[in-house]
Amino acid sequence: MTTTTAVGARNDAPTAKKKKSRDRSERAAYLYLIPAYVVFGFFLLYPLLHGVWISLYDWDGLTPATWVGIGNYTDALSDPMLRKAFTHSAVLIVFYAVIPILLALLLTGVMTHATKLKRLSFFRVVIFLPQVVASVVVATTWTAIYAPDGVLNKALSLVGLEAVTRPWLGDFAWALPAVGLIGTWVEIGLCLVLFLAGVSQIEPELYEAARLDGAGAVREFFAVTLPGLRPQIAVAMTLTVVAGLKSFDLIFVATRGGPGTSTTVPGFEVYHRAFDLNQVGSACAVGILLTVVILIVTTLIQRIDPGERA
Amino acid sequence: MISKREATLNYLILGVFAIIALFPLLGVLTSALTDPSESSASLTFPTSPHFENFLTAWNEGHFGTYMRSSVLVTVSVVVISSLLAVLAGYAFATMRFRGQSVLFYILLLGLMVPSEALIIPLYYDLRGVGLTDTYWALIFPQVAQSLAFCTFWMRSFFRGIPTSLIEAAKLDGATRWSVLWRILAPISRPALLTMAMLVFMWTWNEFLMPLVMITSENLRTAPLGLAFFQGQHTSQFSLLAAGATIVAAPVVIVYLFLQRHFIAGMLAGAVK
Repeated sequence: MTTTTAVGARNDAPTAKKKKSRDRSERAAYLYLIPAYVVFGFFLLYPLLHGVWISLYDWDGLTPATWVGIGNYTDALSDPMLRKAFTHSAVLIVFYAVIPILLALLLTGVMTHATKLKRLSFFRVVIFLPQVVASVVVATTWTAIYAPDGVLNKALSLVGLEAVTRPWLGDFAWALPAVGLIGTWVEIGLCLVLFLAGVSQIEPELYEAARLDGAGAVREFFAVTLPGLRPQIAVAMTLTVVAGLKSFDLIFVATRGGPGTSTTVPGFEVYHRAFDLNQVGSACAVGILLTVVILIVTTLIQRIDPGERA
Repeated sequence: MISKREATLNYLILGVFAIIALFPLLGVLTSALTDPSESSASLTFPTSPHFENFLTAWNEGHFGTYMRSSVLVTVSVVVISSLLAVLAGYAFATMRFRGQSVLFYILLLGLMVPSEALIIPLYYDLRGVGLTDTYWALIFPQVAQSLAFCTFWMRSFFRGIPTSLIEAAKLDGATRWSVLWRILAPISRPALLTMAMLVFMWTWNEFLMPLVMITSENLRTAPLGLAFFQGQHTSQFSLLAAGATIVAAPVVIVYLFLQRHFIAGMLAGAVK
């Protein structure tokens, strides 16, 4: 790259030609990118920036907006309703992410101890199934299970626990955990399938070495399986935590944030503020806050796995 | 070596989780076959199968209309996303250009931003140009949100193809365009299939976008239609269950046939 000055005029022609062809190849690259970026720009980037802009105004969606700067954000952060929504998200993360991951890890530990299972595919297909069913269908199904005369209450009365029965999704204390358990049901298959796939990639020699060292099932799990699953755990955490933070569909169909505000979440607050309360600026601020939380959380999770840097 | 008892125990554990996963879904299916007069809000088992529930739900619930909307929107999104992502992924994988990494990071943003953050401005933007309550309001935002994943997906697939193959074709006088469509596109069919399936599933199951964008009943997509149907038929659960089955069926059927691609795609895609 430093030779051009030394060689001088003789090299000018080829360089120019090379530059021209590079320009042409660059132009070609842009031509291939333009269609995608036009759609991406108009329907994702622009709305995102526009959302940030709207979030700086007090606007009801109809009358002229008034500039409030970061007012919507400071309001939102001090608003007990919104704090409640984010607290609910934290609870949901326990049900969507923590419980499924721990359960799936436990199962993986039990199942990998000195074992190569055959014919896993049937179980894999069935256990993963909740992931592909539309969340509206999932919510409809579980609404029926939780109904006052639903399966859960019937089963409870059958085993003599009549006193425990209640309209689960209509109960102030129980609605949120009840919704959370739906998330557990959806996400556990994802985690288990992910971890079983991860285990099959761990070198069998590592297990043999552990056994030669006289490691029991527990030691083997902590010395071989768990470290070997780090990338899969990071992926499972990212997916399930984000699912827990969003969870709009399930809440909207199953409880609409109720009873009272006992199951409201940030995603639902965005919708509710914009279309029920006509607080469009505030709704956008909540959406941006949710995005920021998701960005922070996913960045933190990526640190678990040193191999996963983009 | 593995003891028989341990293997049995393992299958037992897997069996329990399989039942937990299946039970609610089978419950919907059996309720959908129950006599409407016997059905309650709980999951019920039919004394004799009542297949006519599907027909009743289809007609009363206007699922014919909703399914048509869903098919139209989903097919458009899958085709447009795949096409744009093949072009963009090809450029990212095989060409060098200024601003490459900046453009790449901008796309990465699309992977992170939740639709909850976009939906309000999108609604006002599209209303401003008269696109709300049209299929376009469902198609283009969905394409935009799928593009990040799809472009990454195609880029990494194209990168995995040996450069010698592309160079050989170029020596034979093939243009960039014909290298893409004559050589790369045919060998990327499995990758394209997996990607198309995932986009199909995300689009078909999408709820927030149609909820906000669509007001006309005849433009409602299947999940949106089901949510409205649920509001009206809480007492006739067999019909509601039939509707739920109709809405879930296309994705579940595709999943059962192509589950290997599906699971592999979701796991591989998630790693990106």
